[in-house]
Amino acid sequence: MRQHAIVIIGGGPAGLAAAISAAEHGEKDLLILERDRELGGILNQCIHNGFGLHTFQEELTGPEYAARYIEKARELGIPCLTDTMVLDISPEKVVTAVSPAEGLFQIQAEAVILAMGCRERPRGALNLPGYRPAGIFTAGTAQRLVNVEGRMPGREVVILGSGDIGLIMARRMTLEGAKVKVVAELMPYSGGLKRNIVQCLEDYGIPLKLSHTVVDIHGKERLTGVTLAQVDGSGRPIPGTEEEYSCDTLLLSVGLIPENELSKSAGVSLSPLTSGPVVDESFQTSTEGIFACGNVLHVHDLVDFVSEEASNAGRHAVEYIRRKRETNSGGCSGKQEETDSAKSSVLEILPGEGVRYTVPSALHMAQMEETLKIRFRVRNVYRNCYVTVSAGDHQLLRRKKQILAPGEMEEAVIRREALADVLPAENLTVRIEEV
Amino acid sequence: MEKRILTCIGCPMGCELTVELDGETVTSISGYTCKRGKIYGEKEVTHPTRIVTTTVRIARGAAPVVPVKTKEDIPKDKIFQCIRELKNVTVQAPVRAGEAVLKNVAGTGVDVIAVKTVGE
Repeated sequence: MRQHAIVIIGGGPAGLAAAISAAEHGEKDLLILERDRELGGILNQCIHNGFGLHTFQEELTGPEYAARYIEKARELGIPCLTDTMVLDISPEKVVTAVSPAEGLFQIQAEAVILAMGCRERPRGALNLPGYRPAGIFTAGTAQRLVNVEGRMPGREVVILGSGDIGLIMARRMTLEGAKVKVVAELMPYSGGLKRNIVQCLEDYGIPLKLSHTVVDIHGKERLTGVTLAQVDGSGRPIPGTEEEYSCDTLLLSVGLIPENELSKSAGVSLSPLTSGPVVDESFQTSTEGIFACGNVLHVHDLVDFVSEEASNAGRHAVEYIRRKRETNSGGCSGKQEETDSAKSSVLEILPGEGVRYTVPSALHMAQMEETLKIRFRVRNVYRNCYVTVSAGDHQLLRRKKQILAPGEMEEAVIRREALADVLPAENLTVRIEEV
Repeated sequence: MEKRILTCIGCPMGCELTVELDGETVTSISGYTCKRGKIYGEKEVTHPTRIVTTTVRIARGAAPVVPVKTKEDIPKDKIFQCIRELKNVTVQAPVRAGEAVLKNVAGTGVDVIAVKTVGE
């Protein structure tokens, strides 16, 4: 069987940044496996600009952002196999993959980094009534058709969901000559960035209907129209508010779900809150030596944060391998001690009032670095509130925020010395306090 | 005197800005809660600009289209003219990222450049 120190599953922004960081931290025996014919992942179809403001202090398009990492990976001589589909990862870190060039093959890895990204929630998950005619696409599928394959999915468009991909596609379809009639959003607020509401909808006079959803699909062979209705506070359509829109295309931008089929086969525990792996401060999953980063871990809004998170995962994977090699070559008494102390001081990081989830969700006190960055999402829109992190009665952090919204990932940074007084048994809780 | 209501795009706050204009001159602006909002509001009513991104056809390329962008932001009211001019452009593969595919688009003095390298 072939062997590699670290196998990275996925060559999008997360996989690339993780591999580059691993190489920069001294591990040269790497392999990236990518199922598409080129590296770059979803960035290849995100031709709009606005990527890289945090990382490069400039606004790049998706392909430009990807190219910076692809070129870096090339300079570092990181090997990658494209057109390669990973079929299975075992808890012992045997990766089974298949490609036209090599057929079926297996790799024994010392560490695996999961960077498979996410999928769009499809129509089937929405319980939309009506026939199943052609013309209903997820927004990302339409984005790929238009931006990569040069094909137009339709001419008269209704968009359900106001996530960023839906908003971006409203503009994109308009520029390509389609008529985008309306964007309907189930929630009373949009999950998209303000900038996209203004520059993708308002610039082109496309109406956004909040608290609205699709209640009927018309057409048998090809979509001929949809019925929208207003919904009440619990998301139920209000009778009498129905409105028909004729259209040949319905785009769905109704959420992204981390793609974790492979993680399951590797015995990795998944969080019901994120649908991604449960990880500790080093991005290690419940399966030793398997790390996760990027959208497979939790869905991000900004690629800059994916790159940062993945860099850390890559570095931690290298550290893990080093520790493992040292303990394997040294005696076993040291190892026993280390395991004992690590076990005795694992803090859980819990989402409290107003917080939907946190990443990471566990902290090994013994391995904590100078600071710990906790990323989280809130449940609702909050104005003039405080983000707090506490351990029992100890408040470790309290920070005022003018606004928090579910569509914007937040972070709280805890310093190591702030944890000095915390009893080993206490858990950390992140909360939103309304004033 | 003209009054315009805008949503600031500087951050998730999305402050509602009220800008009063006398012809081309901003006479008052209110509703912003930080410096960025004031700058955005003034620019957005006097000379709004956008970076335009789209694709153009590529002949004998490894892909059917190549993504492009205006090298700098162009006036907002030139967006559709920019798109129309690019509809008539077909480039020959190979194209390198950064290469101009159309110079001086819509008379703006700004070039449209490829943002991805596409081989033959």
